[in-house]
Order: sequence, then C-alpha cells, then structure tokens
Amino acid sequence: MRSVSVIGVGMTKFGEHWDSSFREMVGEAGAKAVKDAGIEGRELQAIYGGCMASGRFIGQEHIGALIADQMGLNPIPSTRCEAACASGGVAFRQGFLSVASGAYDVVAVGGVEKMTDISTEDAALALGGAGDQEWELFNGATFPAIYALMARRHMLDYGTTEEQMAACAVKNHANATHNPYAQYRRAVTIEDVMNSGYIAEPLKLLDCSPITDGAAVAILCATEKARQFSSKPVEILASSQASDSLALADRKSLTGLSATRIAAEQAFKQAKLSPADIQVAEVHDCFTIAEVMAIEDLGFFKKGTGGKASADGETALNARVSVNTSGGLKACGHPVGATGVKQVVEACWQLRGEAEGRQAANVEHALTHNVGGSGATAVVHIFKRGD
Amino acid sequence: MRDALPLIWRNSSERYQLKGTVCENCGTAYFPPRKICAKCRRKGRLVAKIMPHDGKIVSYSKIHAAPAGFEVEAPYFVAIIELSNGARFLTQIVDTPDEKVREGAAVRLVFRRICEDEKEGAIAYGYKFKVV
Amino acid sequence: MFKGVGIVSYGVAVPRMRIKVSEIARVWGKDGEKVSKGLGVREKTVASFDEDSCTLAVEASRVALRNQDASRIGAVFVGSESKPYAVKPTASIVAEAIGASPELTGGDLEFACKAGTASMQACLAMVASDMVEYGLAIGSDTAQGRPGDALEFSAGSGAAAVLIGRNPVAEFIDTYSYTTDTPDFWRRQHAEFPRHAGRFTGEPAYFKHVVSAGKGLLAKTATTPEDYDYAVFHQPNGKFPLQAAKLLGFPEEKVKQGLLTPLIGNTYSAAAMIGFASVLDVAEPGQKIFMVSYGSGAGSDAFAFEVKDGIKEARPEESVLALAEKDKVYVDYAVYAKHRRKLKTL
Repeated sequence: MRSVSVIGVGMTKFGEHWDSSFREMVGEAGAKAVKDAGIEGRELQAIYGGCMASGRFIGQEHIGALIADQMGLNPIPSTRCEAACASGGVAFRQGFLSVASGAYDVVAVGGVEKMTDISTEDAALALGGAGDQEWELFNGATFPAIYALMARRHMLDYGTTEEQMAACAVKNHANATHNPYAQYRRAVTIEDVMNSGYIAEPLKLLDCSPITDGAAVAILCATEKARQFSSKPVEILASSQASDSLALADRKSLTGLSATRIAAEQAFKQAKLSPADIQVAEVHDCFTIAEVMAIEDLGFFKKGTGGKASADGETALNARVSVNTSGGLKACGHPVGATGVKQVVEACWQLRGEAEGRQAANVEHALTHNVGGSGATAVVHIFKRGD
Repeated sequence: MRDALPLIWRNSSERYQLKGTVCENCGTAYFPPRKICAKCRRKGRLVAKIMPHDGKIVSYSKIHAAPAGFEVEAPYFVAIIELSNGARFLTQIVDTPDEKVREGAAVRLVFRRICEDEKEGAIAYGYKFKVV
Repeated sequence: MFKGVGIVSYGVAVPRMRIKVSEIARVWGKDGEKVSKGLGVREKTVASFDEDSCTLAVEASRVALRNQDASRIGAVFVGSESKPYAVKPTASIVAEAIGASPELTGGDLEFACKAGTASMQACLAMVASDMVEYGLAIGSDTAQGRPGDALEFSAGSGAAAVLIGRNPVAEFIDTYSYTTDTPDFWRRQHAEFPRHAGRFTGEPAYFKHVVSAGKGLLAKTATTPEDYDYAVFHQPNGKFPLQAAKLLGFPEEKVKQGLLTPLIGNTYSAAAMIGFASVLDVAEPGQKIFMVSYGSGAGSDAFAFEVKDGIKEARPEESVLALAEKDKVYVDYAVYAKHRRKLKTL
C-alpha cells in the first residue's frame, strides 16, 4: 500500500452550539479543511463521515449523503462510518485505506456529532448504545458506570487512587485553557474534581467527558501527490484498528483495553517506532480512568503505573509525552463522532507547529488513539512531521 | 424504546431462569447466551443450560446519576459478577447494605422488576443478585 | 376420596424492608403504642420498588421447588389483589420463571385475601382428579394501604407457594367453603386504594364467614378442635385470629405458631398460607392442622391436613419465623412512600 498524508484540517469550536445545526457544523469544518488543504473541493473523490448516533440525536440517518450534499460535492461517494465513540477514528482509517489502496488520490474524512438538541437524559440513553444495550444498559448500567467498574478494579489491583485519576482531568483542563476550540477553557484543581459529586462511584462529575456539539474534518492525499496542494503535509506512518467484546464482562481483563494494546502494537510495528518516539499523544479520555489505562495500554507507561505517572506530571505538556494537548475529551469536549478526527486535527497542528499556546517542543511524531464504547473498538494512528 | 415488546420478550426466559449456553466442545459457559462459541466458532456446539444461581462480585459501582426509568431506584449498585461456572456478566446488586458490596462477596440470584416501558407499558422482569 | 393428595413442598418469601406501626402513626399524629397494641401488629413488611406480587410469587415458588421437577407441574394458580397487571396473568410469568412452561394451565384468582387458598382448592381438585400431576398454588400480595387509613398500619407484602401432588408431606383431608355476597372491603377497577366498611368488616364479614366455614368443616369431618394440634386463621391483624379461635373453641396456644401478622403485617392473599407454612415448619408426622382463610366479598375456605413422614426433608432451609426476622432493615415513612409508589408522580 502506498503512503498517505494529511494535507489539510479544520474544525468547529467544540461546545453547546444552540445556533448551529448538524449540517452547519459540517459546512464550517469542511470549508476550513478544504481551504487549509489548498484544494478547491472538486479534487475530492470520496467522503468518509464518522457519526455515532445522528438518528437518535437529531432523527437523521444517511448523513453520508447529507455531508456530500451540503458541501456541494455530489456525485462523489460518501459513506458513514460508525463505531460508537470511535466513529471518527474508523472513518479516518477507512479514508486512509481508500487512498493507500490506490482507489482514490484525495478524500475527505469528517467527524460530526450534534448532541444538544435533545434532553440530557435522552442523550445519555443514546450514548448508552455504545455499550451492550440488551445486557448492560437494560439492567440499569450507564456508560460512566461501565468505566467505573474498570476504575474500581484498577484501584483494587494497582492501588490507583481517585486523586491520581483526577490529575488527568486537571492536566487536560490546564491544556485546554490554551485551546481556543475547547469547550471548557477554565482550570480545575484536584479538589474541584474530588468535590464534584459521584456519577457512578468512583467516578465523579469532573472525571467524565461532557456532552458536546462539534465537527472536525481532515483531507487525505496520496503522499506522492501531497506537495501539489500543501506545503506542510503530515504523513500517516501507521493505521491500525482492533476489536474486543462489546460487553465489559466478556473481556479478559477489566483493567485495560486489549483492543488498544493490539492496535498500538500493530501501529508501532507498521511505523517502525516505539512509544519513546512519540512526543504528542491524543488519547481517548472519555473518563479519567480511560486516560490512565490508555497511557498504559499504548505502551507509554507500565501496566498499573498510569495513575501515578499522571499524578507525577509525566503526561503534562512537554513532559515524557504530552498527552491530550487539546484538552482531551474531558476539557476540549466530546462530540462523539467528531473526536477521532479532532484528534487528527490536533496531531497535525502539533506536528506543523501551529498549536498556539499549547505547542509541544520538537514534535517529530504524534499518535492518536480513539476508542469505541468501553473498549470494543480501538483505532490508533501514528503521524510524522512532513519534511 | 416504546412498546418494543418482541425485544423484551425474546430473551425473557433467559432472564428469568438465568438460562445461558454452554459449548460442549470447550466447556465454556456463556451468560448472556451466545449462539456462536467465541473460542471454537464453527467447531463449537452450544446447548442451552440453566446457570448456577450463585457467584461472587468481581467489580462494582454505585450509580448515583441514573438513566431514564431507573431514577427512583438511585442510588443503586451494578456489578460484574462471576458465577460458580465461570460465566461473567453485569447485574444489579440489591437488598444489601453498602459495606457488604465488596470485591469477592458471595451473591445469589433474585427475581425482580428490571424496568418498565412507562407507567402503562409492559414490565420487564429478570435477574438481580444480592450478597449472602 | 383425597387420600394420598396434599402438600408436597412449600416456600415463603417476604421483602427485606420493615416499617413500624409506630412510625406510620407518627406521621398521622396518632399514638403509636396504642395503635400497635390495639391491632396486635408491631411492624409490617415493605416491598421494594423493584418487587411486586409477581417477584414475590417467583421467590416463594423457587423455595418450594428447590428439590422438585418443575416441568411436571400441570397448573399454576396465583391468588392476589395487587397484581402488577389488571390484565396479563402473573401465573404465566411465574410458570416461565420456574421452568414449568409451556405444558400447563392456570391463571390468576381474585377473592381478596382468600385467593391463595382458593388456588389451593383448585390445585387439590385437579391433582385428586388426575387432571394434573402437580399443581402450584400461590398467594401473593403487595397490598396498598391508603395513606391515613386504618388499614395502612397493617397492609404488608409477602408470598407463599405450596406444591400440591401425590405422596404428600401434609395430606389433604377435606375442605369446606362458605361464600356470600358481602361487600365489606373492595377496590373498584381504576381505584388506586381499596375501601372498606369499617366495623362492618368484623362480625358480619370476617367472623361470620370464618366461623361458618370452621363449623362447617368440623361437622363435615365429624371432628372437634381437640382433634387438631394447630389452627391457622386469616390474620388481618393480631387480634381477629385469637377471637375466631375462641369462637370455634380452639385454645390460643394452638394458634400462636401460625400467627405471623404481628411481625410482618397482613400479607393478604398470602396471610393464611404463610401461617400454614410456619406451622409446617414445626409440626410432626401424625399431627393435624386446621386452617380457615377469609377473603372479603366474602368467603372462607376451611381445610384439614395431616402431617406425614417426610415433612422434615420438605422444610425450607429457613423457617418462616427466621425469614420474618433475618436481614430486616427499617425504613421511615418517606422511604416507605417512595418505594410503595405513594408519591403522586410515581
């Protein structure tokens, strides 16, 4: 397969967009990405759209067609991809594969989610579809509760504490104060997190990512043609994806996501790199415990030490590895289908030196990690700064 | 989902009786029941089997922010339990003082209302567990 | 005629929560001590939000069926006046839950507090006539007490299940029923709480039918109270059964073992049957049991049973008296009202 690069990125602010509809957000992010890519639009040969639950959030399916239509890009093929919270990541991977295989030269990958048109209760129900509807949600489990079950086990097995998990939220909020696209731009303290009230013990309100609206788009191009359009292409060194059981109880381990571990191993192999080569990592912190497990499963820290590493500042900006410079899902926001692509946007900005206020130093390689549900899908991409 | 009767009814027998499946090829017990053995796939031979009614807690969480339909019961415990035959699944823990909901606690099956489809809708009954 | 037919096994289920009569009295500004003493009831069981007469029926049945083959059950009858569905039988849910489906008949009976014993009669007849091999008769209620009404003090929740078949551990001797149209206590179709006729529920209702049925059975079997070791009566409170015993000539000590209402409240369709189960927990082979239920509307079913060998093995792990006490947790009126859906929006 041939090499693929990202030649342009764009995203909307993440937040509660009362005035902006699904299609308007798509238009905004798409236009920014196209401009950033230095293309006109007619060069695009296909679209891959990641969106988890437009049907339940806005009653709209067939959003592949909606995106192509709203962007004025008919008749190119436009396909929706869904893998719960990893919808953006798998859409990106499908886009990557379509160019790497030689089927297309230039494609657009978008991630969108419009979550605030319905009540919070209904949104929570819709999000529950990321887990096992019939046997987890049906019995009264919530999505936070499923991660809480992992957190409890992690605390029992490794002595991880609530304060250590809180450190992830504190760090991500600190990063987001510098991110103009983030939903929350205020700092929080460990005490704030500890006092924020239990959602599902041991996870508290500030351990959980929010409900957000947003869209992010990336334009992919065969590396051999990238310089026709962009002076700062970002090369995709690896793309991998792995699955695991839908229900948490069916997993071999409750303290890590084997889908992440497997996808990461494959990605590092493809890229011929190791975790030590990564300067910036956008990981899937739907809950603070998710970030703790992610930095372990991706290979940045030994299993069981993710909590302490976070509390010791080893994942802060310019520490051993800068994790979630965008603010992560926690502080930047989590419009479910958009997150996977937003992670790519942030990775590209970091590699191009354009992450104003939160730019990490000497970024050679960046990694994105997007998870679906409680770990049934994991997508990992590794990027390299263009020469 | 309103009045999704077939959905609730289809596995009511499995929910009431804790009826799972066991693969006769590798001996793995599944609850919820599976039609295809995750280990043996085509080589597997799955038969319906009533699961043992006792197990232990593997992990637990007390839910404070309950989803629609479960608000009145909040806060309540969910847990991943492991039955004596190795099958693991998520369930509610009821009728148990907080301090007894612990990793490793022995639990036993009880028959309870799980949820109802609005006040006038069908009631879904099923399994919950309590610490013994 | 009924030789060799009777109770093969039995089981009881009560919820874990309790509320004291004095706590209910506190809310309504009444003297708790006085009310409790007057009723002869100390506390009552409270069903949790996720319990109902169906879940309790299943729990009681599971105890009764722990050493039995449920697939041989040919009939399931559930007596209740607090069914979760007005239309949709609890019996079919119970049948599915215990693994008796699908080759069986049954249904739900309503005759106020005697629907459980009416279910017993139906099963006894079906087994005795060889229409079915085993019949499961259940009395189960999570009766609703109207806030501020006298019955709120005693309306409890519970279930009893008896498996009826041949080779019994308690052999069925005979039954006699007395039924009239007496509207002492009723609940209209869409009403949330029942209504009752105050003092009219005493002499012309409970006592007339219990005593008539009791006398009728004694005459039919040509026996006297001396022939029986235990007497169980429907027990809406702790006092009525003692008065009924007196009127029929049974000494108080024969009634004690089967009188549970002081501890668990009036469990309506389950009440007499739970009392009966408590007697079976201690009765010895050869001893005889006299039971008279009462259901408003009105009627009484009187039964005579003789305990046989095998009763020891048939007893559940926990006696009724143990169930009444173990693991119980007290709640206040607010939590009680929440669980019993007495708050308007619930």
